Amino acid sequence: MDTRTSSAQRILQGFVRSVVPVLLALIVSALIMLAIGASPTEFFAGVWKYGVTGDNWQRSLVLMAPLVIVAVGLIVAFRGQLWNLGYNGQYLLGAVVASGLGPVLFGVMPAALATLIVFVVAVLAGAVWSLVPAILKARYGTNEIITSLVMSFIAVGVVNLLIKGVFKDPATTTPQTVVIPDDQLLPYIPGTEIHIGFVIAIVLAVVAQFVLSRTSFGLRVDIFGASPKAARHVGLNSTWMVILLFALSSGLIAFAGSIDILGQFSYQRADWDPRYGDAVMPLVFLARFRPIASLPFVAFYAVLATGGTLAAQQAGVNVDFLLVIVGLILLFMTITEYIGERRRLGQSYLPAGLRRTVTSLVRPSRPGRVSAFAPLAAPVDPADPADPGPTDPAATERTRA
Amino acid sequence: MSDLLSTAFVTVFVATVIAQALPLMLASVGETIGEQAGVLNLGLEGVMLIGAYVAFVTTLTTGNFWFGMLAGAVGGVVANLAMLVLNVWLGLNQIVIGLAVTLIGEGITSVLYLQNYTKSPASLGSQPSMPIPGLSEIPVVGQAVFSQSGIFWVVILITLGLAFAMARTNWGLSTRSAGQKPSSLDAAGGSVMRTRSIAVVLNGALAGMGGAYLALLTTSTFSPMLTNGLGFIAIVITMLSRGRILIVMITSLVYGLAVAIGPALQVSGVSVPADIIKMLPFLIVIVMLIVFARSSVVPPALGAAYSRGAR
Repeated sequence: MDTRTSSAQRILQGFVRSVVPVLLALIVSALIMLAIGASPTEFFAGVWKYGVTGDNWQRSLVLMAPLVIVAVGLIVAFRGQLWNLGYNGQYLLGAVVASGLGPVLFGVMPAALATLIVFVVAVLAGAVWSLVPAILKARYGTNEIITSLVMSFIAVGVVNLLIKGVFKDPATTTPQTVVIPDDQLLPYIPGTEIHIGFVIAIVLAVVAQFVLSRTSFGLRVDIFGASPKAARHVGLNSTWMVILLFALSSGLIAFAGSIDILGQFSYQRADWDPRYGDAVMPLVFLARFRPIASLPFVAFYAVLATGGTLAAQQAGVNVDFLLVIVGLILLFMTITEYIGERRRLGQSYLPAGLRRTVTSLVRPSRPGRVSAFAPLAAPVDPADPADPGPTDPAATERTRA
Repeated sequence: MSDLLSTAFVTVFVATVIAQALPLMLASVGETIGEQAGVLNLGLEGVMLIGAYVAFVTTLTTGNFWFGMLAGAVGGVVANLAMLVLNVWLGLNQIVIGLAVTLIGEGITSVLYLQNYTKSPASLGSQPSMPIPGLSEIPVVGQAVFSQSGIFWVVILITLGLAFAMARTNWGLSTRSAGQKPSSLDAAGGSVMRTRSIAVVLNGALAGMGGAYLALLTTSTFSPMLTNGLGFIAIVITMLSRGRILIVMITSLVYGLAVAIGPALQVSGVSVPADIIKMLPFLIVIVMLIVFARSSVVPPALGAAYSRGAR
């Protein structure tokens, strides 16, 4: 990190680097809408109208609750350089625990106790589901991106089977779970229609920020993320670190699913998959893996998604257009990062500890076989003095020409 | 159970296996070439969808399946340009770019399809078949394998050609060295940039054709999220096959078998929930990953952008 710039400058530059990709993505998506004959002005006006004005801001905050928890879950794993991409399945597992187990438990015990049990079981379900990718990664170095994704697809199938099978409400013809009565759902924050899951999410983000940046555990995660080999030298057990971080990440994401059912939806339909993780993932990169910094980005996306559903219809595009916007944010993020790094503007989107590329530290033990912690695409930061050698790809191009 | 062995039934079964395996095979072969050169393309899902959509629209307007396949390949290459420019040339994070391509591919094809074709859902009709004289007279195999469309044969030829080229030519050697140890390729006078660029273009073309095959010949139509994770399965198959294209072909056929078993069971009176049929390939893949965990090998330089002189 460049120590010559003041911290105020750094924050400003970090802000610019985080906001520019979002703005560029919105501009390009407006152009795409024009190209396919939809109205971008109507879309963005609609987003504002249905996402913020009147009481709609409350709906956006309700959507924020699961999104923030998913963000925290992703940050925990990403900080340790574990790319948990099984979030869709993990979220649905947590949700189905709440919608399937919830109605049974609420019938036999006080709501508070039942809620607690649902949360615990949901977190456990998510954590257990992550064991397969975690153990494969820890023992054999199998790429966790692929294994977690495959496990996610399996989870989606299992959840659908559960909803069509044991958890199905016999009173309805469409496959869905029993509706949990309103008085047993999470209570509202007084004076609003926002359930307390929102408060829980914000508290979780603050706690996670504290743990990750101010405790020895957070330091260990960062060391592990920067270099598993270095972590081993200072006495950290890599196997347990992988399993623990995966379980925490997956458990949190499952918790988001259960809180969403108990706070907002009250039942679950088969084949329902909101895919929150896809949207949140670029946001946590923009927030540089800091839970509190992710809050404004998540809030922005919550408004976009809440208003966007109706606005898209009015503007003449399908809701899936939101995926395009998210994808564009990701692309522009990497491009901004590239330009920013060349001009040494502020900081990289990876925290300082993670930026130092692992590639230079960890080498595969044998040729042809990948080491247990082969890094995937850790970007090299030319501004970092610890990185040896010229790493500016443009320099390579110049020598070639 | 006697239905299960009737000639007509077995013919349909074998044809289904092939129809399901071929799109995956194309995508996996493309991904193998990319990964061997050191580029992990997580955008495969999006690239396949874009290829499928472009092929669908082309064939729908021109009525020609060959144009559709070609358009699918071109669409795949265009979709892979993001990976080419941002990762291979500028050295940016492959995971982020790959996921961006997947999301944009899913979103844009779904939006465009729903905007243009929901009012009149379009089917492309049956594939043009090209029976091989003589061989197509053989019972079962003749109908199921030797009466496929010409596209099937071209795909098989391309795949076998690439298998040969990867294993036996200088080009294949350069491509593999770009993934194994890019610095030695550089030192030997080859260009890592050019080698990887060619690999990424081929990757896009093959994945696009995979999507096109899925839309044109396997399903005869397009629908949003048509691939349903096939791109990710292709990446797993690539990892398990350790870069050998012939094994990719065999593993793809195993996948086709897994998918074809579901409908076959239903025909024979055993009812299997659709969710299990959808899940089956992923279950098989995860079991394979667990059983063969030690042997899933990726090239050492996979995922690392190459910059000359950096250690």
